[in-house]
Formats: sequence, structure tokens, C-alpha cells
Amino acid sequence: MVLGALLAALINLNGSGHYIHWGFIQISVANFVVILLMIAVFVLAIVLPFPRRKGRDE
Amino acid sequence: MSVDTGSHTDEPGAEESRQWTARARRAAESAFPPDRLLPDRQPAYMASWIYVFGVLTVVSLAWVIITGCVLAIMGPSWWHVSTAGHFVNSLHLWSVEAFFSFMVIHLWGKFFMAAWRGNRRLTWATGVISFAVSVGAAFTGYLSQQNFDSQWISTQAKDGINATGAGAVWNVLNFGQMLMWHIVLLPIAVVIIAGLHVLLVRRHGIVPPFADDERKSKETVAPPAEEPA
Amino acid sequence: MSPDAKRPRRFKPDRDVKEWKGAYVPYDFLKEAFVAFLAVGVLTVLLAVVFSSPDEPAVTLKSWSIANPVDFAQTAITELDGTSAVATYGPPYNATPNSSQHIGFFEPNQWFGVHQPINTAQDFVIQPLRTLPSQPILQAALNRYQSASTTQQTSWTTAYEKAVANANDVHGRLHVPLGPYGPVGIIISAETAMAQTGGLDGTLLSEGQFYNTNYTKPLLFIADGTYLSNLAGAQHLQGSQWGMMNETGNYPGQAWLWLYTMWYQVPPMNSSSNGDLEVWAIMMVLTLGLILLPFIPGLRSIPRWTRVYRLIWRRHYRSLT
Repeated sequence: MVLGALLAALINLNGSGHYIHWGFIQISVANFVVILLMIAVFVLAIVLPFPRRKGRDE
Repeated sequence: MSVDTGSHTDEPGAEESRQWTARARRAAESAFPPDRLLPDRQPAYMASWIYVFGVLTVVSLAWVIITGCVLAIMGPSWWHVSTAGHFVNSLHLWSVEAFFSFMVIHLWGKFFMAAWRGNRRLTWATGVISFAVSVGAAFTGYLSQQNFDSQWISTQAKDGINATGAGAVWNVLNFGQMLMWHIVLLPIAVVIIAGLHVLLVRRHGIVPPFADDERKSKETVAPPAEEPA
Repeated sequence: MSPDAKRPRRFKPDRDVKEWKGAYVPYDFLKEAFVAFLAVGVLTVLLAVVFSSPDEPAVTLKSWSIANPVDFAQTAITELDGTSAVATYGPPYNATPNSSQHIGFFEPNQWFGVHQPINTAQDFVIQPLRTLPSQPILQAALNRYQSASTTQQTSWTTAYEKAVANANDVHGRLHVPLGPYGPVGIIISAETAMAQTGGLDGTLLSEGQFYNTNYTKPLLFIADGTYLSNLAGAQHLQGSQWGMMNETGNYPGQAWLWLYTMWYQVPPMNSSSNGDLEVWAIMMVLTLGLILLPFIPGLRSIPRWTRVYRLIWRRHYRSLT
């Protein structure tokens, strides 16, 4: 029972989906969030400083 | 007492051995000396988080395969009747979402680095091809769900695939066929192509930055030679 | 050796690169891979615990015929009279002429031919009903239908199509107005009843074999009706809804298919009877273009022109100054 409760979703994504309509584009909120997250992660990956390494070999 | 390991490279004439085995070993050693296959150092310009998305893609693929193997242990219907099975299916789904997300971010990064430069065009090509094959592998996965989603996807996709003529032999409505493509043929293809891709990265090394001076150089460059690891 | 082999090429910054002669730093690949493996594992478990995964139950001929016996009967008559989408599909299911998609002379579906043969009247209606035992009225109706001329059959099925357009569902039972449709009324009523017991699902799947994993026939029959597509429309999964990208509910779907489904929304593909083949052709060309990007002048210069690399390698460029 506990395992079942743990393994069921904490946030239920079933039910009617939410969609964004913009001109001829229709996109689910879920997909839109995924794409926004990917762009955000890409930008962060490029701008965030990378730790310096010790011991450079010339 | 010494043991004969079969490697007689110190014997006279060994280098000229025309055996397939010896020739394959020499080719592998030449293309991938150990410190190129598993280097412990990288060029100093490798100083950005964008570089981790290749390995994130590979480990995501590992999780896709691991969770897929767990699903395979219990069979394709298990996840419909078992809470634990449903959880493993969820792991499989989200590791696929992670795999594609990291792979596309990796592609964006490699594009903006023009990572095909310096004879790395095959590295780029194998990357794009592994993306395309992965899309096919994911598609057959969606077909293998045995639920409403796979019913809809298969009855819709059949029109696109039939239009190309491939529907004559590749029948998306045939669950058994699609499942076997999904768990046997396409994973093998993805792993081989992705493996070649990684080996090519090790072979040629990561692409150096653009020169600071961006004007078109009037210099010439000698025909490509071996790049250092 | 020819002189050409030794002639150096002009340096092109979008194709060539100067070999790195600078510094190296220690880098532990295996540790990085291990940490990444753990991190992705934790991320996957978190997402699975928080969101789980969708599992909408499959539609069956049984569930369809119970939920909407009128739509089922309206579909079944088109399977019997050979006017359904599957019956008129062409290859790979049957040899309906001028049915394959084409671009100019390029008509691959036609070239590959019929390899999944389906005769909807026989496979979906008559043969399954023939398996029912102890139904003398039904068997007599089938005999009467099959021994009639093609003209007579068409007259009956046309009359039934007109009548069933005004059919209704009374407590799950099909009621079709009377009409001059001969034995067809008995046949379609029996087909509907057989579906409602679940017997049609089993018969269409098994095809006379015990073990079968090929769902072509029941799936094509279900897809010919409007029940499945209405359920899909409610979930935003139809083609005109960019459905290829979507998943049921609020789950993320296949965002990587955005470009593939986009072409279906724009003219001429969105109204073309050859739309599937046209979109395939476009995507094959674009995929090839992406693979061959390193060879395409202009496109391969975009990274240098956009200068995003200045951010990626900023530590390197600072070290040069």
C-alpha cells in the first residue's frame, strides 16, 4: 500500500490537456515548458562559469 | 616459467605479419592508442558546461536501456497490471525525455561551435544519424505501449509510412514486429552509431576554437594530418 | 604522385581548423560519466515519482460498439459494401486504382504493391460472422447476400446506408429504421452484437491462429469509425492539431517532431491528397541537409557569424589577450 502510494504520481497529469494557440501554432503547455527549459539550460550552460582546473600541462 | 600469451611482437618479422588479427590490432592501436581512447587530459579551451551534454546524452541512453531491460524481464503487458511495472515504465518514459533533451542541447552546442571543422564532418554526420535513428526507436516504443496512444499513433502513422512504400513490409499495426524492432534492431543500431560517434570524437579530439582573428585567412593549410588527442 | 595531391588547400575558417598546440588540463572522464549517470538517474526517478506516465486504456471493437453502436453499424456497412477508407485505401491493403500518393511519377506505394491484403467485406464482416455457431437465420442471410448479384448487393447496401444514417441507440441496442435492404440488416445487427460480446475482437485478431501479435485488422476496422478519432481529437492528437507532438493529458510528448508536424499545417500539404509523401520528402531533404551541413557554404558559416562561440570559449579568448 505504501509502495503503491509512493509509486503513484504526486502531480496528476492525466485529464484534459492545456494548449496554447498562437496563430497557426498549437502547442501543449507541457511541450512548451520542456522547450523553454531546454533553451534555459542551454543558455545557462554557456554563460555559467566552468570551474578552473589545477595543473595545466604546457 | 613464462606463459605464451600469443603476442609475439618482439619476434623478428612480427611487424610484417599479414594476419587479419595482427593487422586489425595494429590498426586499432594506431587509431586509438590507450591515452587517446581514455585520455586523462583535455585542451584548456574545454572550459564550458556545454561540454557535459554529450556525456549526459550517453548516460541518459544507458538509463533508457536499463529501464527497458527491466520492462523486458516482465514482458510488455506488465506495466498495465502492476504498480511497480507502471513505475518502471515512468522511469523509461522520463529517461527518454531526458535523452532527447540532452541530445538536442548537445546538438545546439556543437552547431554553434561548428564542431565539424578540421575533418570532423563524419563525427557531425554520425551525430545527426544517431538522432534520426533514435527518433525511430522512440517511435516504435510509442507503438509498443499496447494502449490507446499506440492505437492512435499506429493508425495515423501508417498513412505516412504507406505513402513511402515502406508499409508493404514495415507494418506499424503489427505489434509483434514493432516491439522486436524496438527492443532488438533499433537499440543495436543506436548503440553502434552512437558508439562510432564517440570513437570519432576520441579519434579527432574536440574541435579547437575559431581563430581570434576572424578575417578570412589567406594562409594555406597543408593537407590534413593526424590531430593530437 | 600527381601534383594536385600535394597542393595545399586554402584555409576556410568554417571547414578547417588549426591544430591545438596550447595547454592541456587534467580531465577525469570516467568520474564525469559516473557523476552524470547518478545525476540522470536521480532526475529520472524524481520525474517518475512526481509525474508518473500516462496509460489510457485501448479501445476495442467491444467498447466501441457498446459506446456507440450507431457509429459502429455505419462503419460496418461501409466495410461490407467496400466503400470504407480501408476498402478504398489501395496498397499495401488492396489494389484500388489511383489511390497511392505520388509526387509526379514518383509513386512508391504503388510500386511496392499489396503485401498486407485485406478484403474488408470478407475479413471484417462475412468470415467472422461465419464462425458463429447455431445461428441459422444469420447463416441464411449470409448465404442470400453472397449468392445475390453485385447489383442486388449494391441495392441492399445503399438502402441500408440510407437507413442507418437515421439509426439510434436504445440502451446500447441498435435500432435501424426499416428499409429495402434485404438480408443486410440481419448481417449488420449480428456484426454489432458480435462486437458487443467481444467475439469480434478475438476473431479478427486470431485469423485462425492461436498465437498472433499482428493487430492490423482490428486496428484498421476501429480506425475506420469516428469513435477513435473523436477520442483523439478530445486529446489534441489529430494531425490538424499538431497531434504528432502531443501526448494524452498534460504529459510532454514528442517535442522533437515539431518540424515534421509543422509541414502538415501549411499549404499545400495541409490540403493535399499527397500530403504524407510530400512531408516525407521535405523531411528527408532537410535531414540530408543537416547531415551534410559541413559542406554547405553559408549555412556552415552561421556559427561564425552569430559569435555564440565567443561565449563558449571566452576563457580561451581572454587567455590570448
